[in-house]
Amino acid sequence: MTSTEKNKKYLLTGNEACAEAAIQAGCRFYYGYPITPQNEILTHMAIRMPQVGGTFIQVESELAAINMVYGSAAAGARTMTSSSGPGISLKQEGISYLAGSELPCVIVNIQRGGPGLGDISPSQADYFQAVKGGGHGDYHTIVLAPGSVQEAADLVFDAFDLADCYRNPVMILGDAQLGQMMEPVVFNKKCKPNLYKKDWALTGADGRKKNIIKSFYPVKGELEKFNAKLQKKYRQIKAEEVRYEEINIENADIVIVAYGTCARICKEFLKKDQSLNVKVGLIRPITLWPFPADIIQKVSERVQAILTVEMSAGQMVEDVRLSVSGRCPVHFYGRTGGGIPTPKEILKKISEIVSVKVKGTCAT
Amino acid sequence: MSEKVILAGLGGQGMMLLGRLIAQALMLEGKNVTFYPSYGTEVRGGTAYYHLTVSEEEIFSPVIEEADTLIMMNLPSYLKFKDFLKPDSMLFLNSSMIGKIENEMNIDVYRIPATKIANDIGNVVASNMVMLGAYNEVKNLVSIPVFLSCLKNVLKGRKEPFYEVNKLAIERGAEFVRKS
Repeated sequence: MTSTEKNKKYLLTGNEACAEAAIQAGCRFYYGYPITPQNEILTHMAIRMPQVGGTFIQVESELAAINMVYGSAAAGARTMTSSSGPGISLKQEGISYLAGSELPCVIVNIQRGGPGLGDISPSQADYFQAVKGGGHGDYHTIVLAPGSVQEAADLVFDAFDLADCYRNPVMILGDAQLGQMMEPVVFNKKCKPNLYKKDWALTGADGRKKNIIKSFYPVKGELEKFNAKLQKKYRQIKAEEVRYEEINIENADIVIVAYGTCARICKEFLKKDQSLNVKVGLIRPITLWPFPADIIQKVSERVQAILTVEMSAGQMVEDVRLSVSGRCPVHFYGRTGGGIPTPKEILKKISEIVSVKVKGTCAT
Repeated sequence: MSEKVILAGLGGQGMMLLGRLIAQALMLEGKNVTFYPSYGTEVRGGTAYYHLTVSEEEIFSPVIEEADTLIMMNLPSYLKFKDFLKPDSMLFLNSSMIGKIENEMNIDVYRIPATKIANDIGNVVASNMVMLGAYNEVKNLVSIPVFLSCLKNVLKGRKEPFYEVNKLAIERGAEFVRKS
């Protein structure tokens, strides 16, 4: 691929779509270190960046990558790095510094099985790390979870805009299946690199007051003031940026909450399985932070039960339980270590929930 | 309309390219497609496999649990995927590399000596295209002219001379099915 045409369909992997969308969104500085299952991001960037006059560096380590992102972001450029679980862990210190210095950037995590070196198959077990901080200090990254190759491309565009808007790191949280699978994708979003004026950036202080980018506030009281400012920003993001998809939740008896690859599998179940005598709906969080807590709270007031499906031992389910606050039972079905739930397994789990419900009704 | 195909063979037998080009051609014809390649830590001589799903409707999971069609290039591939068959599946075997098999479900089996046919026309590497010719003769899934235009796009520069033999391989695969 040497260039892309508007409204033309391309058959790309999720990884390639993320990389190409970043370039079209105006990202001109990419730093990465190879790790399966996200290597296609590096290879695509290595080919395309020189073509658009950008910079691609295959760095010596993940630490170098995230700190180069810090440098480029401080200079006001659109910049991105990517990795998978083990590499994202290494980047956490840098992500905390980026958040603490209020620097916009995009970080892609194509999750693989963990903990440790784990394996290279799909996983959603980096949820806690992505939404609860990961690094040190009271900070948040905005976390976007695409469910298809097309959505991966679209969300990368949005990620750069959100990062600039809030001066905050944005993470794209995909998984190996999304990164590796090929689907048709159209690049029809507009590049808006100058949407937000970056008058805070380090561009040379000739003729103006100098800018300082830092996350160090040693004078007593200053850091607390800065943290209050950060928290105010996070409250604003929570109020304005929540995104989710809902299917058939109006009359549902049971609502499934699932994101990314798991949500696709749940959709297949929703579409095909009419064998149960209960109505099943789906809420698919697109922003994992800010989490769509309000809609989950709303449905929990009238459904029989909520089922969370994840490729983890149970991470997002904690945020679902916080949103539900005991209003209805919250069940969990998860696979770990590269296992992907199947529609049949979801059917089995829902039949269990229904029979538990029936038994419970008889007892009271 | 929906079709779920698993393509598998030795690394180098061209299943990646074949699957990707079919997916691309079908995409250009307006179908929804997902193509999910294996990317695991395979050893040399290991099985490379690909899940291709085509549908008029939205495709959810790209992972195939029950295949409509298996295109198998060697015996280890067949042994790995035979349990993905269902009674109305179709099985396309490269009979140059797969001997007799037990057809317990009595499904439609097409045995194509793809390696031999490709070798006879001068390029053993084109065995994947022989399989496409045979498969498409039966299923009529993809428009061959659109497929060939996709093939032409990847056979550029020093690979350009291989276009004709690939085209011929598709014809020979189709011909073999028509005659048998």
